[in-house]
Amino acid sequence: MSELANNFGRRLHYLNADYGVKSWLLTRDHKRIALLYLASISLFFALGGLMAVGIRLELATPGADLVQPDTYNRLFTMHGVLMIFLFLIPSIPATLGNFLIPLMIGAKDLAFPKVNLASWYVYNIAGLFTLWAVAQGGVDTGWTFYTPYSTTYSNSYVVATALGVFTVGFSSIMTAVNFIVTIHRMRAPGLTWFRLPLFVWAHYATSLVIILGTPVVAVTILMVAAERILRIGIFDPALGGDPVLFQHLFWFYSHPAVYIMILPSMGVISELITAFTRKRIFGYKFIAFASVSIAVLGFLVWGHHMFLSSQSVYAGAVFSVLSMLVAVPSAIKVFNWTATLYKGSVSWDTPMLYALGFIGLFTIGGLTGVMLATLGIDIHVHDTYFVVAHFHYVMVGGAIMGYLGGLHFWWPKITGRLYPVFWSKFSAIVIFVGFNLTFFPQFLLGYLGMPRRYHVYPADFQVLNVMSSAGATILGVGYLIPLFYFFWSMRYGERADRNPWGAIGLEWMTGSPPPTHNFHEPPTVDWDAYAYLPDTPGGTGEAWDAAKPTSEAPEHG
Amino acid sequence: MAEIHAPGLAHHFDSYQQQKEAAFFGMWVFLATEVLFFGGLFCAYLVYRSANPEAFAAGSRELDIVLGAINTAVLIGSSLTMALAVHAAQVGKRKMIAAWMGATILLGGTFLGIKVVEYSHKIHEGHFPGPNFVWHGPEVNVEMFFNVYFLMTGLHALHMIIGIGIMLVLIPLAWKGRFTPESHNYVEGFGLYWHFVDIVWIFLFPLLYLLDVG
Ligand code: HEM
Ligand SMILES: [Cu+2]
Repeated sequence: MSELANNFGRRLHYLNADYGVKSWLLTRDHKRIALLYLASISLFFALGGLMAVGIRLELATPGADLVQPDTYNRLFTMHGVLMIFLFLIPSIPATLGNFLIPLMIGAKDLAFPKVNLASWYVYNIAGLFTLWAVAQGGVDTGWTFYTPYSTTYSNSYVVATALGVFTVGFSSIMTAVNFIVTIHRMRAPGLTWFRLPLFVWAHYATSLVIILGTPVVAVTILMVAAERILRIGIFDPALGGDPVLFQHLFWFYSHPAVYIMILPSMGVISELITAFTRKRIFGYKFIAFASVSIAVLGFLVWGHHMFLSSQSVYAGAVFSVLSMLVAVPSAIKVFNWTATLYKGSVSWDTPMLYALGFIGLFTIGGLTGVMLATLGIDIHVHDTYFVVAHFHYVMVGGAIMGYLGGLHFWWPKITGRLYPVFWSKFSAIVIFVGFNLTFFPQFLLGYLGMPRRYHVYPADFQVLNVMSSAGATILGVGYLIPLFYFFWSMRYGERADRNPWGAIGLEWMTGSPPPTHNFHEPPTVDWDAYAYLPDTPGGTGEAWDAAKPTSEAPEHG
Repeated sequence: MAEIHAPGLAHHFDSYQQQKEAAFFGMWVFLATEVLFFGGLFCAYLVYRSANPEAFAAGSRELDIVLGAINTAVLIGSSLTMALAVHAAQVGKRKMIAAWMGATILLGGTFLGIKVVEYSHKIHEGHFPGPNFVWHGPEVNVEMFFNVYFLMTGLHALHMIIGIGIMLVLIPLAWKGRFTPESHNYVEGFGLYWHFVDIVWIFLFPLLYLLDVG
């Protein structure tokens, strides 16, 4: 019996290296922590989804027949708070990022494993604060906490929620510091910056945004809480405060935060597109630098949320132009992915369906973002369903598509099991259809003038709203199917081998699931990222894979 | 494959050098987040001071420059003792690490004590913001100065309290010889944090106390 096998003679890996609740709750293994996060964020995703069900049910009819106006306000606020702060911001970094970054760079773990574990606990404490707020009755300010409503007039649980948002920021920061240090200091020999997978670049850029933006929103929320508790007037005009200052501070974080949500997803898409076209990515360096420039430019455009807030027109014009500039690196990525598809040997596996869905939906979301960044248009559609549709196209159609695509791509690596092909493709298509049916009508509604955040609307808008509610039902079903087959696959799924997709990357060179310390022999890298055709003899990932030395231990028993 | 275990070297690092670089780099990145954390407050300070210059000057006149100056000296002194603790760690004198950190705690405690005196004066005079705030002068919106004053100095003090808490953990470890010349990243990393907290004060003191001098 060697250290490579467990008591039953099975190959030893991170999942069977140790059993019991304690071995999970006290683990420092980035792979196990990723799974802990996966469980936590899935819970909040489900809760946020439940609130969305309430919203869409109420909006199925023009009148106010299901919930009280005040309840409706709390529903959409809690939906936004849970989805943005507790689900989408941690989603890819804390799960796939946590799991994959050390594997992709050939490290044994993240630089600070204890900090990594602590970040999960901090996340859950934040979740408890937020749940506590929900249990008491929730918040009605909108996820943006605009003052002075949030500080002075709202009769809801602002402080408890603010505490949740404040705390969850720390867990993001812990993760981001860990990623930055790990990517700088722990790459395998030979793995230069320009050989890194683009997933790693994307997470590097995301981490920069997190460490520079999150503390600002943290201190802003602290001021809101102080104002509410001590009854002082930092942002209250009646007491000499400036509510617009709150908006500046809030959007200084919350615009970059949209890139915290989309950049990791873009990183996933870069991996998927190359793996399923069997081609090197087109314009590697452009994509890498696009991530970084999105991170930097993203800090200069927050004023596009404030065109109608008494901000000067000159500031508005500058923010308008800068916002359009941000669209350039995003477009570069989309063009490069598309160029990669050209003449690639495309295979239509489930993750690829998500990737293609991402490209289409993100393009629509991004282009409507440029429309919104145009001053003259935004004056008309600000605070309408057009904005709601825009950000759902980028966040749900973009970020969540990438998240699901990534989960399907690396699931065999994470669990060592395959999921059913038919059901996974079926659910990808259901999600795509349901998504568009839910949110496309909202563009039309907003364009026709339906404001956001109201529980009633003129009867003329009902047809489009019913379409949206019907779409939401389909979308919900689409999200439930993977839940079932992922659980099913953990027990009954066919076993995956080391590299089920024939993809290139260090993570595919170790076992599925990987051993606790990731590699039995520390890898050395002397090839570029995505060294598919025509760089390698044989041309395909499989041939490349066979030619490379594996770091996998022999199967025992 | 045999696992070679060096004392104080975590399993996932290849060398002390790598571990040390990671620890320091992590600390610097963390301090960057701290800069932006205080940055939000400095931004609010800037906006409100430029909107209410008289009120800010009037509020500032209420602060005790002598106590503020003493506290500045005390904090700079504590940075010196902290630097000496780090030096002791580099040359491997475990008892001196503990002693210099003890001195740092004493100075930090002195700072906080003086701060308590200042705060209680202000509260006593009705200058604590909130419904009970009183101001008899002609200036309007002086309360905003005190909002900013209490928030900034309060958060700074909180950072010092956390720092003292961490030293209370580090001192027994130092005494037991946990820190060697090869491996004492906690001491040096903490030193960076403590110096950072001092530097914040170096900005706070003139911005809050010396507005109307000269
Ligand atoms: C392609 C570049 C983008 C541009 C130029 C852009 C532009 C805008 C503008 C101008 C608004 C304000 C509309 C208004 O309130 O009147 C807005 C709102 C929003 N955008 Fe984008 N956007 C872009 C990409 C994204 C991405 C990638 C995400 C998220 C992943 C996102 C998420 C949001 C959200 C959440 C809001 C609404 C915030 C709120 O008021 O609740 N945007 N966008
Ligand atoms: Cu924005």
